[in-house]
Parts: sequence; structure tokens; C-alpha cells
Amino acid sequence: MANLRELSRKDELLTGGHRACAGCGAPVAVRQVLKAVDTPVVVGCATGCLEVTTTIYPYSAWNVPFIHSAFENVAATVSGIEAAYRSLKRQGRIQRDIQFVAFGGDGGTYDIGFQALSGAMERGHDMVYICYDNQAYMNTGIQRSSATPRGAATTTSPAGRVATGGKSQYRKDLTAVMAAHDIPYVAQTTISHWNDLITKVRKAFAVEGPAFVNILAPCRLGWQIDSADSIEICRKAVDTCFWPLYEVENGVWKITVKPKEKKPITEWLRPQGRFRHLFKPGNEKIIEEIQADVDRRWEMLQKRCEVGGAGMMPRE
Amino acid sequence: MDEKGWRDVPIAGLIIEPGTARGYKTGEWRTHRPVWDPEKCINCFLCWIYCPDSAIQVKDGKVAGIDLEHCKGCGICAHECPSKVRAINMVLESEAEAEDGGKGNEETGGEANRGEADSDKADCGKAGCERGSVKW
Amino acid sequence: MTGNEAVAEAMRQVNPDVVAAYPITPQTEIVQIFSTFVADGLVKTEFVTVESEHSAMSATIGAAAAGARAMTATSSQGFALMWEMLYIAAGLRLPIVMPVVNRALSAPINIHCDHSDTMGARDSGWIQIFSENAQEAYDNVIQAVRIAESRDVLLPAMVCMDGFIVSHGMESVKLLKDEEVRGFIGGYEPAYSLLDVDHPITVGALDFADWYFEHKRQEAAAEVPVAEVVRRVGEEYGKLSGRSYGLFEAYRLDDAEVAVVALGSTAGTAKAVVDELRREGVRAGVLKIRLYRPFPGDEIVRVLSGVKAIAVLDRSDTFSTMGGPVFIDIKASMYAPIYDDSVYDDSVHGPVRGSTHDRDARDTGARDTTQRPVIVNYIYGLGGRDIDLEQIRKVYERLQAIATTGEAGQCVSYLGVRE
Repeated sequence: MANLRELSRKDELLTGGHRACAGCGAPVAVRQVLKAVDTPVVVGCATGCLEVTTTIYPYSAWNVPFIHSAFENVAATVSGIEAAYRSLKRQGRIQRDIQFVAFGGDGGTYDIGFQALSGAMERGHDMVYICYDNQAYMNTGIQRSSATPRGAATTTSPAGRVATGGKSQYRKDLTAVMAAHDIPYVAQTTISHWNDLITKVRKAFAVEGPAFVNILAPCRLGWQIDSADSIEICRKAVDTCFWPLYEVENGVWKITVKPKEKKPITEWLRPQGRFRHLFKPGNEKIIEEIQADVDRRWEMLQKRCEVGGAGMMPRE
Repeated sequence: MDEKGWRDVPIAGLIIEPGTARGYKTGEWRTHRPVWDPEKCINCFLCWIYCPDSAIQVKDGKVAGIDLEHCKGCGICAHECPSKVRAINMVLESEAEAEDGGKGNEETGGEANRGEADSDKADCGKAGCERGSVKW
Repeated sequence: MTGNEAVAEAMRQVNPDVVAAYPITPQTEIVQIFSTFVADGLVKTEFVTVESEHSAMSATIGAAAAGARAMTATSSQGFALMWEMLYIAAGLRLPIVMPVVNRALSAPINIHCDHSDTMGARDSGWIQIFSENAQEAYDNVIQAVRIAESRDVLLPAMVCMDGFIVSHGMESVKLLKDEEVRGFIGGYEPAYSLLDVDHPITVGALDFADWYFEHKRQEAAAEVPVAEVVRRVGEEYGKLSGRSYGLFEAYRLDDAEVAVVALGSTAGTAKAVVDELRREGVRAGVLKIRLYRPFPGDEIVRVLSGVKAIAVLDRSDTFSTMGGPVFIDIKASMYAPIYDDSVYDDSVHGPVRGSTHDRDARDTGARDTTQRPVIVNYIYGLGGRDIDLEQIRKVYERLQAIATTGEAGQCVSYLGVRE
């Protein structure tokens, strides 16, 4: 159990003065992640809002070593850094214990960076990969990604006059895909549940080998919410079971936060402008289908967790 | 434009000092200002953990104020402050400025946790080259 | 041994901290052999078996930025997949060394030799060194480490050798002793390191219009001393090995009236033709370019200045109706000296005597452009099409006719293609 007062005594590894929009979820995620690290950490970052807003030359918001090289390759870049560390450490050329974290948005993780991520996880590099999932290509102006949920309007899945439903496909369940890599630790969390997030990231750093943590972090422009509601909307994602908080630790699936009462999906959809069109007459069926999909996935997750992995054998 | 030429900056676009963004003031973006009431504050630190701009200042394990040089006025802190406490309220920046004569909120704009960086630290120039290895 | 074996041996002796690589024909053997060195504990290297060449270069970049001596190797499509990262490696000024086994680019797919792969990256900021045979490939890999890591340079370097012709051809190669190589390349002191956690740096920042140009200007300036560094390292290597290297090899060019310019293994074939022609009394020569990027244009023009007719053999096309890349470069270099004082600044690098950019040499560079040699271009050997002595002999015969008449005729020709 993390203690905020204690955490507040730690150094601030991401400074103010970065250029993220007011109310952006990404820096909140990064701050919480970095509060979970005790040893020195080297950060890699995919191209995206986080990289762009925190490193506008000559202003860097990072108080830790930081590298960005391209969009689709942060997992590969950090693989190389981690390999260098192991090599130099083995040769006695560095003594310090150092940890490695890669940050990517959903575009750089679910889509263009997926191959590099999958490769790095399979190779077993000792690194934590953090996806800050804001559910679209926000940096280029809100285009749909495979993380964009069904029904969301983006600039490439607009709600038009004929196709009124926004994005027609359901989102890719990347957390489950990463769990299928059978790596030591995979988790899904969000910034509203800071204690859940920090606890998971601590576990992710503690394991030897690769870990993946998927963090729902709003883009208030893309989601069309008030900047003050960035944390609140994440609570709704959890309460409606749209974004269940769970972990897969050595193959054992576990829901970490179970809502007392599962709220209807409309509580998550309605406050967001990107779903506004779904509430127009004629689109009721889409909301029903989204609800059914959320129910189905939630059911599936619960079943997996009941047996520690729906028939999967836990490691150890 | 900066007077420094290409010979005067480190190679490869490196930023060789950490945290230079502190020298960039995003406080000017604000339309609403969080006003913190130390009397009401229960030091739960929720505003601090949820602030996207590392703008909640903490000193000796207590909330010490708000860094108005970097606070963008998103309102998360006020929203997340427990409803029974309400120690932070958002007020129009123009009204707040009229009240403090445009100097920023002296009560809440303390130096705690601000770090050493100022705008000079964002100087990417020769000072950095003294580290020797990264000159062009 | 084969060229691939020789290069793998050089990599073993360099003993990099990190190698991240992916197999591709005809480079695969290098990766396989190197992985046995790792498995047998003959190197201290962390070997990262990445899932693509894009990740190979990305991981190599990450390792180099972490202060490691890092290498990879590739060919053709794999090289093309690295494209984005090539520019980033150069822009981040990381002295990565990469053997490239030259192979044609798709489409149509073809696994054999031409220079289309690396020629496309000639403006990526990488140093490019071409090797005629396995011995040179071996020697060049070792020298490339010193060249790339030179504090005046800090640029990545690729060492090119012809796919199959060199990579799989058997020849005898003289190897240095391990300790000789280690002594020659020395220890590695990175310019910067992400693992220096007490001095956090930001690598790869977003660089807007207010500074991007200055950083690219630095990169351009870093190319200027490369030629001198290549020459210095080549001489020093000669003292160690008995095999000295310069920017190019001017073979029987001193009094030549006709000359062929070539890169890689074809230069060896051309030299054999020249020996025949010389016996017949023809004043023929060969210019084999070793350092192709940065292009030592002024020096090449100087060494070719006495020749009456020149044929540039390009093992790739630019598909621009301008001819092959080497041809275009040499033609451009003949027009006028490239660099002036605003580019080469003694106050920064100190005077570099005898280099391309030596002041005195440059002063004499105000050459009479009306007395240029006649120059023609042959594109040959695409996709591994053989080039033989007879074909090259025909090129020299045409050059002799050009030298006599002064009439070049068609400027760009395709040699060895079915008409």
C-alpha cells in the first residue's frame, strides 16, 4: 500500500513546464509511474504527445536520463539500452543498479510499435513497458487507433450523416494479448486509482524480466471532456467495467479492483463528447451492443480470474 | 533569435541538463487559478498525485502551495479535493490577478519544491560543453 | 575464408559490448558465426536477437546511446527497413559500425549483389566504406571503429562488401592477432551515456525551427574531417598490418589516358584488364573508390585530372535519367571545388594538412573547367549480373576512341543487359 505523504518526499522526476495540455492524463500517469521507482531509472519514449510535450529543445521536463528515437521502436530502443547495461555491468564497467522503462501511447504500442513490443517482451529484457492509452492518435489530431473504443468519433472515424456511429470496430484487448506472451507481469490500471497503479508498477519493476502495464490516461481534447474531469472519467471507466483493473502475475489472473456495483456503460459514454452522437435517436442499438461487449469481456475476465487463468497453468 | 551559433551548442540536439523545462513558464496558459486554503487543507495529497504539472508544492510532508509559474489551471486539484474539504477553489485568473496586483498568489506561490532550475538553466550553450564530451 | 567469415572474425576481435542483428541473405552467415562466438564465450557481447532490422538498428542506437560500443550487420531489404533509423543514428551522432553485404533491392526480389541498398542511403549521414575483397572487408571493419569513434567525427559507419562475390567467395585473409586489434581500436569512451544516471541527459528531443538547422549544420561539419581521419587511420593500420589504406586506390593512374572508376569487387576485375592493356601499351588505369561517403570529390578529381576519358561503373541506378550515383557525384565534383571557408573552419578543427580541405590544396582547386576529362557512365551488374574481363575491356576500347576523338557519344549506357 503506497502512502502519498511518503511518496511526496521523493524527488519529482517529471518537472512542470512541459507543454502537455491542461488536464492531460499522460503526465499524471508518468508522475505516478516514476513515484513507484526507487532505483535510478532510464526512460525511453515513443514519438507521441508525451515525448513532444516534455522535450521541446532546449527544455526537458525529465530529471532522469531520457531517450526518444522514433515512433514504433521504443521497446527495441530500450532493449538495446538494457543490453548495454547488462554488458557493461558484467564487465564491471558500471556498478549501479539501474531500471528501464519504456513509455508509448496507444498508437506507438497497440499499432505501429506492436512488433517491437512483442519482440522485446519475448526476448525477456528486464524492462517495464508502460502504455499510456488515450485511445487514439492524439498527437496528430485525434485519429482512430486499434485502441479506440467502438462508437468513438475521431477525425478518421467521424460520426457522419450516413455512418453515424463513429468507429465501427471494437478495441483491441492489448493487455490480454500481452498476457498471452506469458511474461512475468502484465497489468491494466488507470490514473484515478493511483494506489492500484503504483502498486502494480512496483510489482512490474520488482520482477526479473519484462513487464507490461496498460494505463488508461485521458486526452481531454480527444475525449471532449472538461480538463478538471480527467481523473473522474477514469473512475467511470472502472465502475462501468469498461476498463477493469487486473493483473496477470506469473500467469495468475487477478482482478484488483472490483466495482461494488457495476454501472451502466452510458455513465462512461455520456460525459464524453466523442460519444455524443451515440445518444441521438437511431443509435440506441450501438449503445446496446457496446454494453453487451463490455459485459461479455467482463464475464470472460472474471472467469479467467476465478481459476487463476481459465484453465491456464500458472508459472511456478 | 538566440545569438549562439551551431558551434556553441552540444551535438545531436542533446539537452545535457535535466529538468530544464522548469525554466519554461506554462502558468500563462491559465484562465482559472486554483486558490488553496491552508486552513481547510487536510494534507491528503490527492491534488498532488493527480496534478499533471507537478505544480502542487510539498514541504516537510505537507502541502505548501501551488506553483503558479507552471500550473495551467486545469482544475483537477479542485475537482479531486475531497468534497467535505474543498480546500482548493478555481477562480477566474483575471479576478485573481486583479486581487493580487498581477504578482501571482504570494501565499501559495512559495519556493518549496521548486528546484534550482530557472530559465538560465535551459541554456543549451557553452556551459554544457564544459562536460567535455558532447561538443560538436 | 569467406568475406562473411572475415567480417565475423573482425567483429569478434572488436568485441563490441552489444550486437543487435537480424538474419538476411547474404548477411546471415555473419550473424550465425557471431552467435557461436557469443555461445562459446569468446566475446563479452550482449547479443540481441531482434525481431526485425528496424529493431536491430533501434536497439543498436539504444545501446550506443547507453555508452556501449554497438554493432549490427545487414543487407538489402533489411537495410531498407532500417532506413528511418539510419538517419537517427547519424543525427544522434552515435559511432555505430555496421557491415553491409550489398544486395539488390526489390522489386523484383533478388538476393544477389548490386549496390542499390547502400547507395540509397548515401545521404543519410553515414560514413560509407567499400571493400574490394574479404581482406579489405576485414581490414575496413576494424578501421571503421576508429574512424566512427574519432572525436572529430562521431558518426556511424557502414562497411560495404559485395554480396556472394565477396561475402561467400573463398580467399585467403590475413588476420591480425586479437591483442593487435584491441590495441589498435583502443577502449571506448562514449561522448555521452544514458547510463550516467547522476548526469541525466535528454536524447532525441523535439527540435523545432529555432535549433534543428544548427544541429544539422553540426552534422554536416562532422563530415568534413572524415577524409583526413580515414587517411590517418589507414596509414596507422598499414604500420600495424602492412596494408595501408587511403580514400581510394589509384591503380596505374599516374600516366593514364583512359580510366575506369569502380567500387567493390569490380575494381579487382578492372585492375586485371588494366594489366593486360598495359602489356599492350595502352595507358589505362583504375580508380577504386574506398571512401564513398563523405565523398572525397576534390581529391578524386585531382587524381583523375590527367586522364582524357573516364568511364564510371555504377552497380546501381538512380532511376533519375541522370545515370548512376557515383557518376553523378564525380561529374558534380568536376565542376568546381565543393567546400569553401564558410564550411571548413580551421578555427574549429585546426588545420588539417594534406586533407581534401587543406587551404593550399583548395587554393589550387580553382581549376580550369574547360580542360575536364570526358566522362561516361555504365550501369552494370544489377541483381548479380556477372561482369567479366571482356566487358570491361570493351569499355576501355570505347574510352580509347573517346580519348582520340574527344567525342563521348551517349553518356549513360547499360553494360551487360540484353538489348
